[in-house]
Amino acid sequence: MDYRSSVEIYTEWDIVAARQLGRNEARKIGFGTVDQARITTAISELARNIYLYAGKGKIEIERLYENGVFGILIIASDQGPGIADMRKVMSDGFTTSGGLGAGMPGVRRLMDEFNVESELNVGTTITAVKWLR
Amino acid sequence: MNMRIPILKLGETLIVSIQWELDDQTAIQFQEDLLNKMHATTARGVLIDLTPIDFIDSFIAKVLGDVINMSRLMGAKVVITGIQPAVAITLIELGIRLENVMTALDLENGLDKLHKELED
Repeated sequence: MDYRSSVEIYTEWDIVAARQLGRNEARKIGFGTVDQARITTAISELARNIYLYAGKGKIEIERLYENGVFGILIIASDQGPGIADMRKVMSDGFTTSGGLGAGMPGVRRLMDEFNVESELNVGTTITAVKWLR
Repeated sequence: MNMRIPILKLGETLIVSIQWELDDQTAIQFQEDLLNKMHATTARGVLIDLTPIDFIDSFIAKVLGDVINMSRLMGAKVVITGIQPAVAITLIELGIRLENVMTALDLENGLDKLHKELED
């Protein structure tokens, strides 16, 4: 079960493409409508962050199968400016772009596993997993 | 690719049914179109039906929240209808609260609610 697909994020349209890819994969794996919405929303938030803050990057989607459980892995990576203050970014309502500041903490709540690796002026990689229950 | 969302007028109410997944440009265009239509028609109520929408991210939520506040500034009342269970769940988990927004289960209930509001 090592099936990975990806969408490069350069424009707003790529955000749409990324979440459509994610939704289709989630459906194929067997996620219900609520989890499909969670996964689609999470991808949309991550893709928009790439578009807004890094300019370009990539969303990768992979099917997981571990210990008899299926899941979906989302990897959002960019070579952007990196995250200066992780605590702020992970707190509700923090935004530097005039948005709602719901993105990062929201994605963490929507998914089962969430991890951020970021280095200033090098880039950011966010991984998020949802397991099929 | 950039399709415009149709805005229908029924009496003093503008009715919008969002039928497909919104991209950023369409959402922003919709904001402008709705306010312009409101101005041109002096409509007093707006109903936005989201029945076919299966997810709303923070950007779309912000555009929706903004358009509701902008409509209020122009003196119109807005009701949102048809939010699916999956959408309600993800919006709350995402941390988005569309506060002080009139909502209804479906178009019919939404129109009733709006008409009652407009009579007051």
